[in-house]
Amino acid sequence: MATRYFGVAMKRREDPRFITGRGTYVDDLTLPGLVYAAMVRSPHAHARIRAIHKEKALQHPGVIAVFTGKDMVDSGVKSLPCGWLLPGMKLPPHYPMAVDKVRHMGEIVAVVIAEDRYTAEDAAELVEVEYEPLPAVADGAKALQPGAPAVHDEAPDNVCFRWSIGDREKTDEAFRRAHRTVKVELVNQRLIPNAIEPRAAMAQYNPATDEYTLWVTSQNPHVHRLLMAAFVLGIPEHKLRVISPDVGGGFGSKIFLYPEETIVTWAARQVGRPVKWTARRRESFVSDAHGRDHITEAELAVDEKGKILGMRVKTIANLGAYLSTFAPAIPTYLYGTLLSGQYEIPTIYCEVTGVFTHTTPVDAYRGAGRPEATYVVERLMDLMARELGEDPAEFRRKNFIPPDKFPYQTPVALQYDSGNYEGALNKALEAIRYKELRRQQEELRKQGRYIGIGFSCYIEACGIAPSQVVGSLGAQAGLWESALVRVHPTGKVTVYTGSHTHGQGHETAFAQIVADELGIPIEDVEIVHGDTGSVPFGMGTYGSRSAPVGGSAIVLSLQKIKEKARKIAAYLLEAAEEDVVFEDGKFYVKGVPDRFKTFQEVALQAYLAHNYPPGLEPGLEASSFYDPKNFTFPFGTHICVVEVDPETGKVKILRYVAVDDAGRIINPLIAEGQVHGGIAQGIGQALLEGAIYDENAQLLSASLLDYALPRADDLPPFEIDHTVTPCPHNPLGVKGIGETGTIAATAAAVNAVMDALAPFGIRHIDMPLTPEKIWRAIQAARAA
Amino acid sequence: MKVPVTITVNGQVYQREVEPRMLLVHFLREVLGLTGTHVGCDTSQCGACVVLMDGKAVKSCTVFAVQADGAQITTIEGLARNGQLHPLQEGFWEMHGLQCGFCTPGMILAAYDLLQRNPNPTDEEIRHALEGNYCRCTGYHNIVRAVRYAAEKLRVQA
Ligand code: FES
Ligand code: FES
Repeated sequence: MATRYFGVAMKRREDPRFITGRGTYVDDLTLPGLVYAAMVRSPHAHARIRAIHKEKALQHPGVIAVFTGKDMVDSGVKSLPCGWLLPGMKLPPHYPMAVDKVRHMGEIVAVVIAEDRYTAEDAAELVEVEYEPLPAVADGAKALQPGAPAVHDEAPDNVCFRWSIGDREKTDEAFRRAHRTVKVELVNQRLIPNAIEPRAAMAQYNPATDEYTLWVTSQNPHVHRLLMAAFVLGIPEHKLRVISPDVGGGFGSKIFLYPEETIVTWAARQVGRPVKWTARRRESFVSDAHGRDHITEAELAVDEKGKILGMRVKTIANLGAYLSTFAPAIPTYLYGTLLSGQYEIPTIYCEVTGVFTHTTPVDAYRGAGRPEATYVVERLMDLMARELGEDPAEFRRKNFIPPDKFPYQTPVALQYDSGNYEGALNKALEAIRYKELRRQQEELRKQGRYIGIGFSCYIEACGIAPSQVVGSLGAQAGLWESALVRVHPTGKVTVYTGSHTHGQGHETAFAQIVADELGIPIEDVEIVHGDTGSVPFGMGTYGSRSAPVGGSAIVLSLQKIKEKARKIAAYLLEAAEEDVVFEDGKFYVKGVPDRFKTFQEVALQAYLAHNYPPGLEPGLEASSFYDPKNFTFPFGTHICVVEVDPETGKVKILRYVAVDDAGRIINPLIAEGQVHGGIAQGIGQALLEGAIYDENAQLLSASLLDYALPRADDLPPFEIDHTVTPCPHNPLGVKGIGETGTIAATAAAVNAVMDALAPFGIRHIDMPLTPEKIWRAIQAARAA
Repeated sequence: MKVPVTITVNGQVYQREVEPRMLLVHFLREVLGLTGTHVGCDTSQCGACVVLMDGKAVKSCTVFAVQADGAQITTIEGLARNGQLHPLQEGFWEMHGLQCGFCTPGMILAAYDLLQRNPNPTDEEIRHALEGNYCRCTGYHNIVRAVRYAAEKLRVQA
């Protein structure tokens, strides 16, 4: 069929509502009788709750109710569940509000419900909580030291799990045989996601029907519904409808079931009125699941020819005070399995210790485990190239998995589907004019100017799957996706997708797929998502899964639609079904294109069923659940060029080139936008961002004044290109592009700065590479 | 204790009684139901709440409604005229200057202010002018292109 929309850089269909102020985010919604919730949060990182006095707050005019953790537990509310279990891991309870102890700053101890926002916030300050402060620990390594304060009685040594992957013996042996080895200790610092729309929830309970409706900022409303209904509140699943309307960015932070939406849903029933809560930004800082926070020791071994022999990695992963919904998966199966990168590495061994600390829970943040892995691999590659005196690009090239070795089985469980790593590297080198750039770098160094060129040749595993495999690894859910395609009598089409868009442009990209497959104008296609009341159970959007998994589910349903429509058309055309061809929205008998029925005519007949194949059911709709055969593996090369001012330590990004391969691209405009945003977050980690806790586990970087998000003038323009290696195992040939930028950019930027600082003999500085840290490193190097 | 205010928003005059501490952004969103203006922070950093007050960009989370008494406010809802998108709105659409759309209204109005002061800004000037507006989705690349698009279009129109 002629492609008319697939691959076209169409403007987005969702934009008109956003550019005119007609988007509908949770906080924009209101209901008759709406009341507001304000959370009372612990100022301590660790304390015993001696007593909570509600009286003063209750006396405040406009206050309707005050509830505590004990109130919730007494009414039967259970712990928030964890959706990924590892063997032997400790799973202490996590109630929506603290009951006896608080375990991180910002943990909720009570909620005030009042007539309006301002009153609720005022009264929250009147709730008197008697705390007995206890010693606290924020740092993952310190939490493992003997005598460190224990976060949970269930885990006196603060160890949640010990996990490993790969062959230890074989790897140790490779290191014994090695010609050269390098070792680095690095910190992948904790990040705070900061979607610009704060999380929000509004819930309503109807006593006449016993039904709840929850509007929540969610990347996966069905997952929210299932976890909240079945595990925490004990609501029959069909009596809870979860709607996630327009959502202002997620980046992982809106995947998880949080205390706040649970509290609001429960409270709506208690007070008999709809309740809304919207996070203040300072609440986002302490309550949105944080990302990263690894302390790692990594080593690489090579032979005389500079071919890699093995890699050894030991990581302490800080999980925070409680296990967030998917926390255990991130530093294990989404991290250890990615350590082979783009390289042929005969043996890898990786050990991860998951640790509880008195900090905000840590879970998936854009990239989720894969940026951490890429950072380890790509820092090691640079350090080894430097150790061997080889060009970092050529050292990488020498160790790439060659294109004829796919599918490629890594020593850390994954089987890569397809790749052409050299193709992407060459394209990036050309774009940046590498040889000339190295010459310039040389010349400028003589003038006391420090340019650095940094590489990141990354691999990503996205569209996490198949369900059976993830199930065997500890996932408590399947990772397929659903799609219901409903053709209306006039031939217009509504698609109900289990994916959720919160910036990714599904309403456009998915419609492009549908319009092409059915040969109808894109205006005739509507994409519906984010409502458990109308959409079949879906797994939602994270891990760059919407195009490869959600998109494929739509294709499956479209195939079913076309099959049935062909039957109807054959009947109308009085032809054998096998002889009927469908092209450009028309069914015709092979060789007789003038005798045809349009898709719309067939749709109408499907509903009239007057002139209709005997025995065939009327109607034209189909639903599918697509379970992928494998992950998909986007890859690429990013090159960052920086200049470091040795007097101030300031880094200026001069150029940023990204060559990505995400298979076939549905909409280049959207795909490029995803790469831009991803790079911004990756550079943010490299140069600017980082959560800072003090000795008492107080979060110091707890507002946008103290936590540096990238601003427009911190970032360069991006030079984007791509190669296309289609995914061989899904019907669209697409791979997923939402996280590539973030996975790649952090290592590229850090490698660039380290390259710039090479003349000073500086080998490694931990992120974020702030002017102060760089300046200090230069001073120390000069003094030495 | 409430005080009366008269505020013109998008050309329409509104007389309301408000608490003296009510923020302009809450007046717009909750009293008038104009939810296109967003709240992204509590420290005047993010710019999601930018509106025009007497023609100049202000962070409406940092202005009390009573301070806007007698003022002319333009919000994102009032930017298109007679169904015709403003060149900035058009630019953001054409250049894919938005993803989740949450920062967009503030971004557009901050850019509006810039183009009034400087109809032909360089990319660096655009980036500098938008320093008070965070976008977590786009990496700003396409926002810069969107503003440039609008600047060109406005110059042609002028
Ligand atoms: S809401 Fe963030 S600056 Fe106004
Ligand atoms: S488009 Fe999402 S924050 Fe800018």
